[in-house]
Amino acid sequence: MVKRITIVDYGVGNLRSVANAFAAVGAETQVCGTAAEIARAEALVLPGVGAFGEAMRRLHVRGLREALDERALGAKVPVLGLCLGMQLFATKSFEHGEHAGLGWIPGEVLPLERQHVGWNDVGAETFYFVHGFHFVPADPRHVVATADFDGPVTAIVQKDHIRGMQFHPEKSQRAGLALLKAFAC
Amino acid sequence: MLKKRLIPVLLLKEGMLVRSERFTEHQVIGTPLHEVKRFNEWNVDELIYLDITRTGTYDLRRDDHGVQDMKDPLAILDAISATCFMPLTFGGRLTSVEQMRAVLSRGADKVTLNSQAVRTPALITEAARAFGSQAIVASIDVKDGHVFIDGGKTRTDHGAVAWAKQVEALGAGEILLQSIDRDGTAEGYDLELISAVAASVRIPVIACSGVGRYEDYPKGIAAGASAVAAANIWHFKEMADRGGKRAMKKAGVDVRVI
Repeated sequence: MVKRITIVDYGVGNLRSVANAFAAVGAETQVCGTAAEIARAEALVLPGVGAFGEAMRRLHVRGLREALDERALGAKVPVLGLCLGMQLFATKSFEHGEHAGLGWIPGEVLPLERQHVGWNDVGAETFYFVHGFHFVPADPRHVVATADFDGPVTAIVQKDHIRGMQFHPEKSQRAGLALLKAFAC
Repeated sequence: MLKKRLIPVLLLKEGMLVRSERFTEHQVIGTPLHEVKRFNEWNVDELIYLDITRTGTYDLRRDDHGVQDMKDPLAILDAISATCFMPLTFGGRLTSVEQMRAVLSRGADKVTLNSQAVRTPALITEAARAFGSQAIVASIDVKDGHVFIDGGKTRTDHGAVAWAKQVEALGAGEILLQSIDRDGTAEGYDLELISAVAASVRIPVIACSGVGRYEDYPKGIAAGASAVAAANIWHFKEMADRGGKRAMKKAGVDVRVI
């Protein structure tokens, strides 16, 4: 049974690529930006390109924070965070200052020594990364997979029904589409 | 660590896909819409589309080819991005941050800047601030060591290496390096040029122009390029991706094998 995917529009990032990729694997998506729509979501996707502080500010300004907390932590619908969307799960981030995150997966977002941009191995597959900060969960058990870039970089996190990917599955060709399909089914 | 990339470059002129020789001869080889699905399905590392239409000629109606809205590069981009699940670079004739924003919002991940960056170098910085350096590719066309703009028609005072350093300092995240004399010749990359530019900057250099055989790719990497690109070979050889990757792998290059 394919779930109806709600892609959260909080004013940052390229939603179209994510929606196109889900469409390609047969998933039905809706892009939404209101608390009322989030409250009805069966599965949530937090996409993201941009800065952490600005993203959190927009979630608050649009009144989405509470709706997301309720849906993710209360109703426990499946959640997928992509790139910045995954980093938002953290307790806090040190990207351009110090910002509180959603706190769904305890940990911090810290700077890399240089930007990690390109295709890198994660397990047996290769995915496309674009980021200058990375998520370091407090509990290593929440790290499902890492990539090697000047040392280990968190690639996939999971805590119960909340999953995050630092790379862009929507830009990672077949390997990425397979992960999106797995989430949608 | 990061894979070395192999990238097809697709040239668009007045809404049609063309092949190019020495930046002057352009032969129409199809419509982008007919080809886009095939390119997207190749499972390649990345795609670069360059719109090489001369400014002002895009009003041409392409009704003779039965393709609608081809005068609008954004409409082409919409069609490309609908089935493109890899990093997508789109460039050509971009002169403002607003135009770049439009292109990036249509599914492109990066834009290239070329002539306008030479005319207004601050545009690179402005664009990097707005979208991040990773989204800004400086496209540099070189002939006899000098940077040329306007599709190879106008010689500038910039030397290739000096301009490469400057675009890096201005905030470009990558350099797409083309050799006008090698374009379409199949004589192989200008390895001296690649080596000189790659040694002078820290940002990735994408080598382009001159590929005639798959074995040219690893030579570009050995000269210092982080990615190797080509245009014509993708149109005239079957399984161009697999062949290219095999040649790179055989030469010991760490590639994303498909």
